[in-house]
Amino acid sequence: MKILYPLIAVLAIILLALIGAQVSGGQWLFGVVLPYVTFAIFLGGFIYRVTNWGKSPVPFRIPTTCGQAASLPWIKQDKIDDPSTLSGVLIRMALEVFLFRSLFRNTKAEVHDGPKLVYGSSKYLWLFGLMFHYSFLVIVIRHLRLFTNPVPSFVQALEFGDGIMQLGVPVLYQSGLILLLAVTFLFVRRVLMPQIRYISLANDYFPLLLIFGIASTGILMRYFLRVDIDSIKKLLMGLVTFSPQFTGEIGSIFFIHVALVCTLMAYFPFSKLMHLGGVFMSPTRNLANNSRSVRHVNPWNDPNIKPHSYAGYEDDFREFMVDAGLPVEKELPPPPAAADETAKE
Amino acid sequence: MAQPKADELGVMVARDPSLMTGAIPTRDWMDVPAIFKPGNYCYPAKASMVAYHNKSLPGLFGEPREWDVESDDWKLPENWKEIIINGIRERLDKFRSFKIFMDCCVRCGACADKCHFFLGTGDPKNMPVLRAELLRSVYRNDFTKAGKILGKLAGARPMTFGVLKEWFMYFYQCTECRRCSVFCPYGIDTAEITMMARELLHLVGVGTNWILEPAANSNRTGNHLGLQPHTFKENAEFLLDDIEEVTGIHLNSLTFNRKGAEVLFVIPSADVFADPGIFTFMGYLLIFDHIGLDYTISTYSSEGGNFGSFTNNELMKKLNGKMYAEAKRLGVKWILGGECGHMWRVVHQYMATMNEPGDFMEIPVSPITGTRFDNAAALKMVHISEFTADLIYHNKLKIDKSRNDHRVVTFHDSCNPSRGMGMLDEPRYILNNVCNNFHDMPENAIREQTFCCGSGTGLNTGEIMELRMRGGLPRANAVKYVEEKYGVNMLSCVCAIDRATLLALMEYWNPNVGVCGVSELVGNSLIMDGEKERDQDLRFAPLAGMEG
Ligand code: SF4
Ligand code: SF4
Repeated sequence: MKILYPLIAVLAIILLALIGAQVSGGQWLFGVVLPYVTFAIFLGGFIYRVTNWGKSPVPFRIPTTCGQAASLPWIKQDKIDDPSTLSGVLIRMALEVFLFRSLFRNTKAEVHDGPKLVYGSSKYLWLFGLMFHYSFLVIVIRHLRLFTNPVPSFVQALEFGDGIMQLGVPVLYQSGLILLLAVTFLFVRRVLMPQIRYISLANDYFPLLLIFGIASTGILMRYFLRVDIDSIKKLLMGLVTFSPQFTGEIGSIFFIHVALVCTLMAYFPFSKLMHLGGVFMSPTRNLANNSRSVRHVNPWNDPNIKPHSYAGYEDDFREFMVDAGLPVEKELPPPPAAADETAKE
Repeated sequence: MAQPKADELGVMVARDPSLMTGAIPTRDWMDVPAIFKPGNYCYPAKASMVAYHNKSLPGLFGEPREWDVESDDWKLPENWKEIIINGIRERLDKFRSFKIFMDCCVRCGACADKCHFFLGTGDPKNMPVLRAELLRSVYRNDFTKAGKILGKLAGARPMTFGVLKEWFMYFYQCTECRRCSVFCPYGIDTAEITMMARELLHLVGVGTNWILEPAANSNRTGNHLGLQPHTFKENAEFLLDDIEEVTGIHLNSLTFNRKGAEVLFVIPSADVFADPGIFTFMGYLLIFDHIGLDYTISTYSSEGGNFGSFTNNELMKKLNGKMYAEAKRLGVKWILGGECGHMWRVVHQYMATMNEPGDFMEIPVSPITGTRFDNAAALKMVHISEFTADLIYHNKLKIDKSRNDHRVVTFHDSCNPSRGMGMLDEPRYILNNVCNNFHDMPENAIREQTFCCGSGTGLNTGEIMELRMRGGLPRANAVKYVEEKYGVNMLSCVCAIDRATLLALMEYWNPNVGVCGVSELVGNSLIMDGEKERDQDLRFAPLAGMEG
């Protein structure tokens, strides 16, 4: 079920776009209305989610300390994994965001007879995760060519680098293939590894299938079912300048590609894909470990919660304390006999 | 329930079908109910304990009542679901961490085999990601669009009694050790989620006695054992006799509740009460006497370990507040803290935030070396290991390392000082300077990757022994490795809960390995003025070459 439903959903989108592009007005719906609407949902949703997170305070400093803290001057601090300053935090975050540092640490545990636990390094997830995200990024940037005029030089440079293998015409971009490979790996890993399959939900498979669809339609469009790239560029330029127009004949495959991309955009803010925003905001990673040297304030700290008072404590135990020779704030009342003596005087 | 022998349990861990050993569960996790049997759950809190906490923190611990975990009637309040959902809402608004951790998990599984409870039980719900999903699924159902529309397909499910049971079972099978957080690409900290879940459970009166009773004791008597002031003092002073017997000198520097002392020393109370903590306590006293520190111990604030942190923020704050209150009353310049894990997690991450600033004190300066502890500039509290390491670095201790030659020592990084504070090198520096045989365990099991003792956060209770021994297996297994390789016979640590729980763990899995605090080894190595010729260590065991 967990794989079947997402698969059906993706196929349905493909079918819908395929048919939709043929009926009259369908091209406007799939080529103009849908992109506008879903982009708005993406942008609005993204901003909403991030501001919504931001609205909740970070009452306590809870960085996970993955190395030696700043302490005595002669003890070497691990400034990256246990930062005490903003610059340390920035480096830690940058390594996390750009190089997936925590995943790099990944190990795999096995239990052998004995019982003996054995740990081995396991960097596959890190490697394929990195491949997946970077190729995706490259592709997104590469697509800017279609939305800009003139095409910025960094996009051109990136395209050049991406196509450096120069296999045939049109230039073969490695990013597309890497994305396809990585997304397949991530999918297969989810299906084959029992631990991961057990924790996977339909909404883990759905984005993978969607991205698989996007990558393969993109590749199909570029190398096999040639579409009229000029008309596409005109359409997309029209979209960004708010004057969309259809010029030549655009193949249906384009509309399928667009529909899948739009689904991804609309789905993005309401799903785990928001980890894109969340990775920057996780308090265990983006805080400096300086809670002892700098005081932080919790906005909802309740000053009315007071410890059981010393006076109350002493009242409970005064007699025992005096007997045991412990200092007290209030002496014991004089014993009754002594009180009688004083009364007589 | 009979506890299996170590070798039997070993076979069970390695061979029984579990997700850890490769058996694939046939049913979706949402369809597998939690079933309570004697031995797999902690006893519920007594009505009197709940009533006690309700007096000062009304509404946070539910209605006092006697209830049975195995029964299907937990005597929950009528509107318990509403209380929980509102509780979730309130916490989402108060903690960004909670919100982010509910939303950002991609179920990549990097954390799956990092939890000691998963490694030891193979129970899929002990994978940190799935533990979090137990709560996340309810969150999705009530707080996300996708969950509301797609329901189970989006991993959402409504709050039911079955879910509550699951929460009780698995959020008391998490020691909030944060190991999973180290490996998660988003730093998702299941410990944080467990804390939220436990707060929610307490709201509907589902708590365990082994937590609420020590917390009540801490509140009233100052320490979790419920030692009254005179007993506490007698216990501590009794140890002076032991010190005298071993070293030939009687220490005069131990005082209680003394106003005007320079330093307030806060200990985990188990250190004056139970073996092997008492030897650590003897170590503290020897160090302080050796350097002539002007310190006092308070009977009112005689507990560093904060059992409130296993329940909710409010009780944590309430118990923690005593340290500053007492420091103020006694007029000390700064506070020194003993070897205690949870205490230091609370002190390090929460204390300055929860209390009024400790400005009535001074930035801690070691009166012996003149070192100013700038890392504690705001908090005004220094860890004994930092303090001792600084003394050693400045050659202020006369040490005879050979007095620990009968010990081959390894070091257990307690979860809280390591992953919640970043104190990794100070204890190792000390150990290397007070004993000749120190060997670290393999890197996957130490420092930030350290494994929990298996019984933290209020789980070190007898009724769940098998679970504890399973959860502690990764730690024990790493100790066994160095035992076989280097002949390690002593596992040192800087946590009182560890000293209690590792003792049971070692007796079970590695019976030739003892457990001690770092300060015990320091104290044992100190050459005190006027001491007699030493032939025994602080435990009255013969020193190397003195076996006679
Ligand atoms: S490592 Fe983090 S993101 Fe991955 S499954 Fe665990 S909690 Fe989720
Ligand atoms: S905090 Fe520790 S005990 Fe809890 S889930 Fe993570 S690894 Fe397991």
